[in-house]
Amino acid sequence: MSQINRVKGGLIDRSTPMNFTFNGKSMQGFAGDTLASALLANGQRLVGRSFKYHRPRGIFSAGSEEPNALVQLRSGAHQEPNTRATVAELFDGLTATSQNHRGSLEFDLMALTDYASPFLSAGFYYKTFMWPKALWEKFYEPVIRSSAGLGRLSMDEDPDIYDKGFLHCDLLVIGAGPSGISAALAAGRSGARVILADEDFAPGGRLNAETLEVDGMSGADWATQALAELAAMDNVQIMTRTTIYGSYDHGVYGALERCTDHLASSNGKPRQILWRIYSKRAVLAAGSTERPIAFGNNDRPGVMLAGAVRTYVNRFGATPGQQVAVFTNNDDGWRTAADLAAKGVNVTAIIDSRDKPAVCDVPGARHIRNAAVRDTAGRKGLKSVTLTDDQIIDCDCLAVSGGWNPNVHLTCHQRGRPEWRDDISAFVPGGTLPVGMAVAGAANGALTLGAALAEGRAIANQQIKDLGFTASRKAAPKAEDEAFECSPMWHVGESIKRAWLDLQNDVTVKDVKLSHREGFRSVELLKRYTTLGMATDQGKTANIPALAVMAECTGKTIPETGTTIFRPPYTPVPLGALGGRARGHDFRPTRLTPSHEWAKANGASFVTVGNWMRAEWYTRPGEKGWRDSVDREALNTRTNVGICDVTTLGKIDVQGKDAAEFLNKVYSNAFAKLAVGKVRYGLMLREDGICYDDGTTARMSENHFVMTTTTANAVLVFRRLEFARQCLWPNMDVHLISTTDGWAQFAVAGPKSRDLLRKIVDEDTDLSNEGFPFMGCAEVTVCGGTPARLFRISFSGELAFEIAVPARFGNSMMEVLNKAGEEFGAAPYGTEALGVMRIEKGHVTANELNGQTTAQNIGLGMMVSQKKECIGNVLSQRPEMVGDDLRLMGFRPVDHSLDVIAGSHFITKGDEANMANDQGWMTSTAWSPNLGHSIGLGFIKRGNERIGEVVRAVSPVHGKEMEVEIVSAHFIDPEGERLRG
Amino acid sequence: MIINHPLLGPRDAAEFIYLGDASLIDRPDWQAEDAAAKFYEYGYLRDNPAGQHQELWYHEQGDRSWLVVTRNTLTHEITKVELARDVARTRGRDK
Repeated sequence: MSQINRVKGGLIDRSTPMNFTFNGKSMQGFAGDTLASALLANGQRLVGRSFKYHRPRGIFSAGSEEPNALVQLRSGAHQEPNTRATVAELFDGLTATSQNHRGSLEFDLMALTDYASPFLSAGFYYKTFMWPKALWEKFYEPVIRSSAGLGRLSMDEDPDIYDKGFLHCDLLVIGAGPSGISAALAAGRSGARVILADEDFAPGGRLNAETLEVDGMSGADWATQALAELAAMDNVQIMTRTTIYGSYDHGVYGALERCTDHLASSNGKPRQILWRIYSKRAVLAAGSTERPIAFGNNDRPGVMLAGAVRTYVNRFGATPGQQVAVFTNNDDGWRTAADLAAKGVNVTAIIDSRDKPAVCDVPGARHIRNAAVRDTAGRKGLKSVTLTDDQIIDCDCLAVSGGWNPNVHLTCHQRGRPEWRDDISAFVPGGTLPVGMAVAGAANGALTLGAALAEGRAIANQQIKDLGFTASRKAAPKAEDEAFECSPMWHVGESIKRAWLDLQNDVTVKDVKLSHREGFRSVELLKRYTTLGMATDQGKTANIPALAVMAECTGKTIPETGTTIFRPPYTPVPLGALGGRARGHDFRPTRLTPSHEWAKANGASFVTVGNWMRAEWYTRPGEKGWRDSVDREALNTRTNVGICDVTTLGKIDVQGKDAAEFLNKVYSNAFAKLAVGKVRYGLMLREDGICYDDGTTARMSENHFVMTTTTANAVLVFRRLEFARQCLWPNMDVHLISTTDGWAQFAVAGPKSRDLLRKIVDEDTDLSNEGFPFMGCAEVTVCGGTPARLFRISFSGELAFEIAVPARFGNSMMEVLNKAGEEFGAAPYGTEALGVMRIEKGHVTANELNGQTTAQNIGLGMMVSQKKECIGNVLSQRPEMVGDDLRLMGFRPVDHSLDVIAGSHFITKGDEANMANDQGWMTSTAWSPNLGHSIGLGFIKRGNERIGEVVRAVSPVHGKEMEVEIVSAHFIDPEGERLRG
Repeated sequence: MIINHPLLGPRDAAEFIYLGDASLIDRPDWQAEDAAAKFYEYGYLRDNPAGQHQELWYHEQGDRSWLVVTRNTLTHEITKVELARDVARTRGRDK
């Protein structure tokens, strides 16, 4: 097929042809075409099938408001469904396919649904498929699911790159049409920093689509000249292919820039960039959108918006038809007829609903006054239209104009509510606009060119004067104001056939009337009942006519009926762009421990803990499964010595004259009198008395403490301490800094840990039990002068130390410790062995400190002091909490060959296993290689009084139960002799 | 939203963590007769005004200042931003 519909002129580059395919058919267009204009040039009128009835559909508009011409662009993993052909820039090699049909586009098997339309009216989902119930899952749902949706995803991972960025400006001008360019010129000349953004690839807006003149030259030429002037200004940034999709608080705007969508390949560059624009002021110059008139069978390919038909002829040199009729209720429709005739297109008739003389002379066209179209013919493309007086007019394209609606969307993204203006029969911005925003041009109801140019300049000057700039004296560009008188007509009452309001969702006048009859009369209900205004076009051409029909039904005025609320985004934003680079592995940052490289080289398997990657165990040759490694590591630590990277625990440096007093307030137990060189275990409560976090805090000197927190709460505890310091006790001399990443810290645990450390710690430090007793701490040097901190603390229950060195020495330290430990049988251990040993010792972690348990529950009730002011102690004394008799206990299976199950609930023997008899639950379980059987920790009512009792541990989730004996939570060395040795 | 930090100037709200009602500064006296009742109110009862609201924001991705931001919950207009420490001192927190 050749480009049979090309006419002279236009802003396309005929010297640069571009080959593309549509449904496998090769076609040619030119640089400067959109896919839609190229399809029309090639005479392709049928481009898709409608959502519900699978009706044949063609191109309806020439912009982002397009409801019909949705196609799948590209192929393979790059396939992009639901792309509006009207905004898809043509490139050489583009492939597009139509969507939403079974079989070919021409013979869609699903078109049968159109014959079932009497049963598929608004709300049919709620009325049909109700019975028999059994059919729902097996039949109705699968059928509905398979027929729902429009385009198809490739189901492959998106291979494109998306980016995000931030921009700042004094004035953001949204839309580079006449008023936007005029505004940007005024602001740019004053020296203000301006961003001018437009969704089109060719800025100019309607200037590119009209034959109107500005300052004595063609509108398109004037736009080119003005943009050249703007481009030469250092303070102006022009962003084409950029949609401002949302207006947010305090002058922040969301923008989507399509960087490489118009190229065959991104070549490794980001496909799209999501910008956050911080503006001091904004001018919304978003123009207006033409609205259709509803009449019988008004959805056939060939029925189009009149302004769009004009755009295709003037800007793209492509006529949508060879024989065009115009149906209008306003003067603007006449310009379509005139422009087409000027390009030599045969205009057969101008059907004006008004009883008004011809607006202008259109050679060869009949003027039919006081008439309307009530029906059309031509299943896959328009052939003729039937008027209200029954005369039939042959045409292959009908240009419909129902007047223009200002694009008020962005004014409503916060609190703005549009107001009705009778003189233009349209809503204009109203209510409270977003802070800093003013509206100019057609978006503000200034629908004519001269007015739009003048208003753009005036509004911009006002905005920049507010910012302290001096407005330039240069006058506004001059143009005439074209005729636009409009006499509203929303639908043709004489139509017998279905008349479409929302083409994308197949909502007809009949559906709106039905919605009214059934009581869904508010616009918000109308929308949800009929699906009016949903999906990719958000009803840009549908909403106003539909609510006018509703107003007619209720006898109210249109403003009384109101509009639905516009929300961002203005046009669809791909999820890829919203995600940016934060996907897959980069979804969140990865934190590596200082010894990560060493661990990787030594057989470590890693587990994700928050953002951290921690070694969970180190596999040695011959070990068949993780349990082999974990058992070995745990046993070896209790027999020889184990080394574990514990850097991930939060570390907070607390300094100042009041540091001790401050710690006394944030910990529930006493800290004020902790001696220098000593460490103490501390428990933090929430203000409501529930346990929050635990850890050890070391007093390095009189006014210097080093606090540790759990890994998970490192950030939260720091935040909380800052709150306490700044908001609760603002006069204390305390300073905090997080040093979690500053120090690499290693647990060196086991009977031979002292021997190992003697080889590492420089000789002047006495490591004997007397010289460095349990819970001691000191600043030391290691390996001949490297600064380090040494703490004698133990999570494993063995004789143990933790040694910290500046993080940059962490990997070497791990290597040195393991090498020095060879003669003592030292081996690294991971988080699993750490977990086994802490369960053996009855130490709590997040399983027990789960945000529901009290100090009493975990057996540390004595640690909540009532003799001092501290967070949480007052509310921890509430009777309900004091009276709670759940206690943390140890559990072992009566039959040692069984593994206890975490999450099991305890039931007293002889009782039925139900909620009423629930005695508590198992929080943590492990297989203890030291004891040779499975063990667990858990909370059970009156646990401290029930040692030795056998209860049922029931896990309905696993369908299992076993008998367990209640024992002390300290399975190993309950007296703590090892760690003090 | 943009919060005009008293020390650092206008900063994006994304740099902050929101806590809630600035009445959390007014921690009751733990030794008062009715301390339990007062702490209950402090911990659980909040006003939820449609309009002016004083609230606590923490500049976690910045200088770690806690701020008291006076914000209109209907319009998001921010009329005042103060360092929480200064507010706490004015409210008589003397330690």
